[in-house]
Amino acid sequence: MIRRIGAAAVDWVWRLGFAARFMFLLLRYSGQSVSRLHLTIREIYFSGVLSLLIILVSGLFVGLVLGLQGYETLQRYGSSEALGVLVALSLTRELGPVVAALLFASRAGSAVTAEIGLMKTTEQLKAMDMMAVNPLARVVAPRFWGGVISMPLLAALFSAMGILGGWLIGVVFIGVDDGAFWSQMQAAVDFRYDILNGVIKSVVFGVAVSLIAVFEGYDCVPTAEGVSRAITRTVVSSALAILALDFVLTSFMFRGQS
Amino acid sequence: MSQQTGEALVSLRDVRFAYGEREVLRGIDLSIHRGQVVAIMGGSGCGKTTLLRLIGGQLRASAGDVRVAGKSLNRLDTAGLYALRRRMGMLFQFGALFTDMSVFDNVAFPLREHSDLPEAMIRDLVLMKLQAVGLRGAQALMPAELSGGMARRVALARAIALDPMLIMYDEPFAGLDPISLGVIGQLIRRLNDALGAASIMVTHDVHESLGIVDYVYFVSEGRIVAQGTPDEIRASQDAFVHQFVHAEIDGPVPFHVPAAPMAEALMGRAS
Repeated sequence: MIRRIGAAAVDWVWRLGFAARFMFLLLRYSGQSVSRLHLTIREIYFSGVLSLLIILVSGLFVGLVLGLQGYETLQRYGSSEALGVLVALSLTRELGPVVAALLFASRAGSAVTAEIGLMKTTEQLKAMDMMAVNPLARVVAPRFWGGVISMPLLAALFSAMGILGGWLIGVVFIGVDDGAFWSQMQAAVDFRYDILNGVIKSVVFGVAVSLIAVFEGYDCVPTAEGVSRAITRTVVSSALAILALDFVLTSFMFRGQS
Repeated sequence: MSQQTGEALVSLRDVRFAYGEREVLRGIDLSIHRGQVVAIMGGSGCGKTTLLRLIGGQLRASAGDVRVAGKSLNRLDTAGLYALRRRMGMLFQFGALFTDMSVFDNVAFPLREHSDLPEAMIRDLVLMKLQAVGLRGAQALMPAELSGGMARRVALARAIALDPMLIMYDEPFAGLDPISLGVIGQLIRRLNDALGAASIMVTHDVHESLGIVDYVYFVSEGRIVAQGTPDEIRASQDAFVHQFVHAEIDGPVPFHVPAAPMAEALMGRAS
């Protein structure tokens, strides 16, 4: 029993070391993602543009629910005009980056893992390596940077759609004052403290999700079952990483304004 | 067929390779010259694919010297290895075509990666390579639309895109129908002669291989157990070669995996 726990721990540490080495090499070979930008732009299309629909629709629904729940609570205290503030702060600080990252991991992260894993299974990565083309530079790095660039943009669109959803419910359907909704939001939301911190979060989540996705694909056992397990690990590890990193980042960023 | 003159393009001297404690190859000596098509034969798991990976630099020998074009692979760094690989082509067992690219783009891939040629010239070169394998008419197809034999031919066109000095084939005949098998065999011979290259193929297809190769190495349990020209191999009285060439069920490679006597197993005294 103890031996098994020890073996699992050693295995985990070994894998962590391998992931760190993988990230170092990935950064080292990232030059091609810039010098041959079309490779990265193609991945931004696959990871970012093709995730737009799910991000926009989910953002709208989250905003609609926030509008309903927020109004329900605020009207008890007679401050339903503050609905805009509540919706905007919830989305830009937390829900935008976190939920968009979770959706991104499920939609794009899993697809990246599957694609790289299948390329490994069908010896495409080996073939590339035998043609003196480094798969880390040609396949992995553009997918990584495509994800890192897409993530904050998707989170911003998610928040924008959410605010629109909150406005629809609060102003159009319930009748909260339109001017109060927007002016209170404008007064209470600080660009550096709220928006910028939200953007930093989404960049960190983008790095985490993209790294997990490309690593799991590259490191998978080259069989059908191996690829399937790698996809599961991508989604589970990404979700845990997003939530844990969110806690850490929030505890550093938001300590109450003096 | 070829002359064995001058320095060997590929030479292995007393090469040993082990995965951890498990020794896969030992005491391997072989030479391959330009113009030659050489087959490495042996049963499944005998170490012949490992041998091909050592020559391609995908694995490093535990001991001994692997030299390609005069360069010792054990001493090359990644940049040196990649420089050498630009002069090699490899055909993988099932083609390993890039599934997100068309036939044309697959063949153009090495040219676009390693040259600054204008697109018009790349187009001409790709069409010439596809013409050589008889698939110019399939240039717009995607790999998923190709049969096994066609995919292997596209992969062959891609392997020779940069006019390599050395072409390696990993089980080029596996899973092919008799017509495709004959086509691939003839292409291997003709392309090797046209390019003045050397070809190494790992295979266990005796009939097709002996018809096109210049020399054969037999590998068993990690060692070269026999070698010779196709005629010498056909006439060989070596028990292993005889069993392999004539596809005999029993011989030095036994039909039964070693086990306790059947009677003891039936009496429940052994498993």
